[in-house]
Amino acid sequence: MRRILPLLQWLLLWPLLAGAAPIGLITQLSQARIDINTTFRGAELLVFGAIQYPRGQAPDDPPDIAVVVRGPAAPVTVRRKERIAGIWVNAQAVRFESVPGFYAVAATRPIAELADERTTAIYEIGIRNLQLSPVSAAGDATTRTFEAGLVAARERAGLFAERPGGVELTRDVLYAARIALPAAVPVGEYAAEIHLIRKGRVLASTSAPFVIDKSGFERWVYVNAQEHSLAYGLSAVAAALMAGVLAAAVTRRR
Amino acid sequence: MDLYLPIAEMSVNALVIILLGAGVGFLSGMFGVGGGFLTTPLLIFYGIPPAVAVASSATQITGSSVSGALAYWERGQVDVKMGGVLVAGGVIGAGLGQVVFRLLQAVGQIDIVISLIYVLFLTAIGGLMLRDAVTALLAARAGQDPPARGRRHLSWVAALPWRMRFQRSGLYISPLAPLLLGALVGMLTVIMGIGGGFIMVPAMVYVLGMRAQAVVGTSLFQIIFVTAATTLLHATASKTVDIVLALLLLVGGVAGAQFGVRAAQKMPPDRLRLALALLVLAVAARLAFGLTLRPAEPFALFEGA
Repeated sequence: MRRILPLLQWLLLWPLLAGAAPIGLITQLSQARIDINTTFRGAELLVFGAIQYPRGQAPDDPPDIAVVVRGPAAPVTVRRKERIAGIWVNAQAVRFESVPGFYAVAATRPIAELADERTTAIYEIGIRNLQLSPVSAAGDATTRTFEAGLVAARERAGLFAERPGGVELTRDVLYAARIALPAAVPVGEYAAEIHLIRKGRVLASTSAPFVIDKSGFERWVYVNAQEHSLAYGLSAVAAALMAGVLAAAVTRRR
Repeated sequence: MDLYLPIAEMSVNALVIILLGAGVGFLSGMFGVGGGFLTTPLLIFYGIPPAVAVASSATQITGSSVSGALAYWERGQVDVKMGGVLVAGGVIGAGLGQVVFRLLQAVGQIDIVISLIYVLFLTAIGGLMLRDAVTALLAARAGQDPPARGRRHLSWVAALPWRMRFQRSGLYISPLAPLLLGALVGMLTVIMGIGGGFIMVPAMVYVLGMRAQAVVGTSLFQIIFVTAATTLLHATASKTVDIVLALLLLVGGVAGAQFGVRAAQKMPPDRLRLALALLVLAVAARLAFGLTLRPAEPFALFEGA
């Protein structure tokens, strides 16, 4: 009986699902891998694709698209400077366990108009809806102040961005969003999540992964610094010494 | 010309960094200071993460000191024996400094402590040098001989046991005094990313009572070894040495240092001391001002901590 139950449910639901035939999303990224090389000054990621309507017909009222790009999460400690004995020192601290190194959202409309707060919070659409997991003995109000400070700092660095109107919808079928990645983006595994929202409900979601990593010389230096740190340190000293001796020789000859 | 730094993980204007290195290198050759007390704050101000700025500036100082030290070496103005004792102390200090650095990093007070130490040391040393230089200059203007200094070195230095002869420095003192001095400066090298010349040079003159000609060369000599040890410590422990950043600073720095040495030979020593005193006091004033000024942004982020 227990085995038959899901089957029964499925049979019962089938006509309903077929009637409302699932709406789908097709997504493509301009790059699956972004290389950080010597001349890296930031990059632009193009997220584009199409909405698959049942029977290929777009409805009269167009749906909304939200594109969320997020980087690897890491813990961050936020400290607030306070004046003690005339000087400003780092006083109170709040630790946030999971802060994405990069977070950008583009949508066809302002986030607040896409869906209700509960829905945008569940899908973490919008900077204010990020769940940063604060760890603090301080009260809620204090934690919120620190969170605002953290978000503001990341926004200034271009690492957190929210662009309502950043998604272009063509004939209600094709969508495209350009996400600016600043030079300071952390390396790691990224994901672009695309949500199709209609009348405040998320109807379809899809996700496309991509990687940001150092390449060529930058990667070689980084890997050596991490894995052969003593040899790396020795060669740094050797290079410095050589540069000094060389410069002394060159200037003396003049 | 934009360049991406592999360890600092940011894009910088290479020309700005090279010019920064050149300016600091000039001062380095001129005064026998590593120049780190200028490089580190300037790099942090430019946006380089403090840990990377401190470590990479130590690497750069190694190179810029070599070029300066060689110039002094040829003039026979390096006391290797004294330098050796200072280096031994410096390496011990660097090890201790690494422990303190980690501790301060863990409690999130590293930047404040760095600034405070800078202000304290720079004010004290700058003040001492200024008083001395002004006295000497005034005496010279009045057509008198500069006033002779009363004691050759401080009394507690003379009281230490196991006295040794340091020929080039013109000293007969216990090696414990330079060893302690070396350790203190080595500690500061690790914490602040400085060569410590701006502390070492006055301390050699005022505390040890070294002969003036040997001071700058010997200071540069010890800086080479202590900053090299510091680079290795940072490279293995915190992995924050950015070789690209250090080399950029060096390109400008080593050239600047050579010109600095030449400029120093032409300039009267009292003027030189006055100029260094004013420079040191200016940096101290700027840092003190920064500490008391309401920060534009009260929140600071510490990643992975």
